[in-house]
Amino acid sequence: MAAEFLPPRILPSGDTAITVEFSRRIDDDANRRVLALDRQLKAAPIAGVIETVPTYRSLLVHYDPLQTAFDTLAAQLLARAERPLAGALQSRHWRIPVAYGGEHGIDLDDVAKTLGLTPAALIARHTGPTYRVAMIGFTPGWSYLSGLDPQLALPRRQTPRLQTPAGTVSIGGVQTGIQCIAGPSGWHLLGRTPVRTYQFHRDPVFLLEPGDTLNLYAVDAATFAEMDRAAEHGEVVAELAAT
Amino acid sequence: MSGLRVIHVGPATSVQDAGRPGAQRYGLPPSGAMDRLALATANTLAGNPPSAAAIELGPFGATFTAEGDPIRIAVAGASRSIKIDDRVLPLSQSATLMPGERLVLGAARAGVFSYLAIEGGVQGEAAFGSLSVNARAGLGSPFPRPLQSGDVIAVAPASSRGERAIATTPASPDPIRVVLGPQDDEFGDAVQTFLDGTWTISPTSDRMGYRLEGPVVRHQHGHNIVSDGTVNGSIQVPGSGQPIVLMPDRGTSGGYPKIATVIGADLGRFAQLPPGQPFRFQAVSVNDARRAAIAFAALLHELPSRMVDLAHFEFNVAALQNANVAGSAVNAVDARTWQSETQQEQQP
Repeated sequence: MAAEFLPPRILPSGDTAITVEFSRRIDDDANRRVLALDRQLKAAPIAGVIETVPTYRSLLVHYDPLQTAFDTLAAQLLARAERPLAGALQSRHWRIPVAYGGEHGIDLDDVAKTLGLTPAALIARHTGPTYRVAMIGFTPGWSYLSGLDPQLALPRRQTPRLQTPAGTVSIGGVQTGIQCIAGPSGWHLLGRTPVRTYQFHRDPVFLLEPGDTLNLYAVDAATFAEMDRAAEHGEVVAELAAT
Repeated sequence: MSGLRVIHVGPATSVQDAGRPGAQRYGLPPSGAMDRLALATANTLAGNPPSAAAIELGPFGATFTAEGDPIRIAVAGASRSIKIDDRVLPLSQSATLMPGERLVLGAARAGVFSYLAIEGGVQGEAAFGSLSVNARAGLGSPFPRPLQSGDVIAVAPASSRGERAIATTPASPDPIRVVLGPQDDEFGDAVQTFLDGTWTISPTSDRMGYRLEGPVVRHQHGHNIVSDGTVNGSIQVPGSGQPIVLMPDRGTSGGYPKIATVIGADLGRFAQLPPGQPFRFQAVSVNDARRAAIAFAALLHELPSRMVDLAHFEFNVAALQNANVAGSAVNAVDARTWQSETQQEQQP
């Protein structure tokens, strides 16, 4: 039976949240159903729901136990989740610049070698696909993308790095992602984008929405530096394509 | 306008309120006070709404002084010695700090976090509706970082009303209640190991997560799952089999199976467990947890009615002080080193 027709599992996350689990794996169909339910709840809110957190495979629904009860909310969520998807998800499409290799992506050469590619071929394969923002999590603006070329999948590093630069674009397992603020990571660092997916004194504060699609394109170090300065001053250096 | 000047604080001191839920879908954790009841108690005594921003003090001591006009303060939460110059101030009692007077707070003797509320609240600029500090995200006001010596927080002058006290009840020694899941099925018999075990909190804990020490909780299918969302109180189990309870500055998603979740009503009591103190967990149904949430909300709601005017109340300071002496020792590990370790466990 296709995943599209299986009912999700309703799992309690304590007394203030419900996990609506569509799959246990990274699964494109599941992610689409997660995003569809998320949008449905935004369009027609359920009383007592505080906020929702979409991930690759599940939707976390935070609620106020003084306003609703687990059983009530679980039934409402199940009923909505079982409705079939109405066509393709409407989404915005972005073009995101990335400076690959060198000081911007210290693992690029090693990753290319491990995969038996030249660095240029690795960049070509990494900028090839159209990615979807499957989820944003861990730290502000950390955008997990689905759509990585399966041949670029690479297990995470044995030893995570305690500090990786803001804007890092990296590969971890079958995932690729854009992190916004500096922080620890066990992923392989391919490059950096000047685009701030989170910037508090900018409107919008958060640039990407789960479900948005994007293409990455390579820029040289000088272009990166120029865009980085503009971004520092609050400019959105990602291009929003007409949808 | 008056000011509260920081003379000296420990590393885990920051402005906190009810936090900023609403942007977890963008990876922004809610932050907010570790113990909401203690925050509400201090605020109620200071004449503020229960979730107003106050100064959250970790296990270490701190010294402040008043500038400008007199200001009214109250401290609630973990017991510790409190003095205004040479006068002793009991916990959970308001007092007026005259300009130039020093408020000297000792290290926590039982519990971990105390809240210093100021009448009129902390003056600052809210981000997503909150002044709570989240240093990594550059958020928090008046400073987007923990407090440091020399900081001056703008506050309102004290009103002319009298001082008040709230008779607080000691923390319950009962087990910390949890709802099993969302990934308890990853653990099989080890769920029982978790529930039967006696646990302590490791000193390598912080506002992101409390690391537990106790029996090894083994996974049936390995310790990596596809990341999903977390809540305050999520109990995730990394490869070591030693659980980590996620706290308000947690990552908003995590890739380790979560065996259970601390219920909302017990989160503050759990946050106040000092490192090394043995405790247990108890599984309850989600309906029982909801009843506890309703009772907890009622407790917060009735705080003002439990407050007494000191003019009509004989306060036995000596008895209170004696009761507080037998607290637990404080572990003096630098909180900033804890942070990187917890962060590493939670890296994507």
